[in-house]
Amino acid sequence: MTSWRDYLSVGLGSGLGAALRLLVAQGAWALWGSAFVWGTLVVNLVGSWLIAAFAARASHRISGHAARWQPFLVAGFCGGFTTFSLFGLETFHLLNTGHPWLALAYGVGSVPLWLGAAWLGQRVGTPS
Amino acid sequence: MTLGPLDWLLVVLGGALGGMARLAVTELTALWWGRTFPWGTLVVNLGGTLGIGALAALVGWPEAGAVGWTFLAVGVLGGFTTVSSFSLQTLTLFQEGRKNAALLNIMATLVPGVAMAGLGWWAVGGGV
Repeated sequence: MTSWRDYLSVGLGSGLGAALRLLVAQGAWALWGSAFVWGTLVVNLVGSWLIAAFAARASHRISGHAARWQPFLVAGFCGGFTTFSLFGLETFHLLNTGHPWLALAYGVGSVPLWLGAAWLGQRVGTPS
Repeated sequence: MTLGPLDWLLVVLGGALGGMARLAVTELTALWWGRTFPWGTLVVNLGGTLGIGALAALVGWPEAGAVGWTFLAVGVLGGFTTVSSFSLQTLTLFQEGRKNAALLNIMATLVPGVAMAGLGWWAVGGGV
């Protein structure tokens, strides 16, 4: 059963994650002249890496800090930091503005990158 | 786009609300349909993308920097949807040897996800 405390942790983590996502978008804007696609790609890759690292770490420690911080870090921070809605909108926008190949590259190309990032995170988070 | 303190506050608040709503949806779908397939993530991602498509058409995205966009799209819908959980869950399905479920999850997220953005966009009169 999920307690109100879990909801609070997830809410707090997600709110901070969303703010940091906006900060990355601003950074992408400053660096590349557009937050479009690049900012989203960066947060989704970093977030996928992080969530797998946290999950791998926590699964080897049933109690303690890693387990206690799970709702805040995993469903909260990583969930709020990454975004699927903007990814879907950006892919649609590329299609809708006459860039089908870019849309295909971004839409289909993102998935193996996200999964690869998660796989790397898992390896880093698993104690050797 | 220059952001003021109000924008950041709205993003944190929206992200928190979106994240908590995501937790609630995940809990409900697990209760209804079980935990063998990541239904919750699929539902939030498709629902959130439909919402952001409609919102984008309403505010004239990607040009506009309306406060409503910061709160609702970057905050609420950005926090509601997630790529990190999708990555971890899909990777886990592959690692459990459930290759078909993993591929199904990718297809059911990706294609309808982009279609949902378009549906939302056109439903409120967004142009080409």
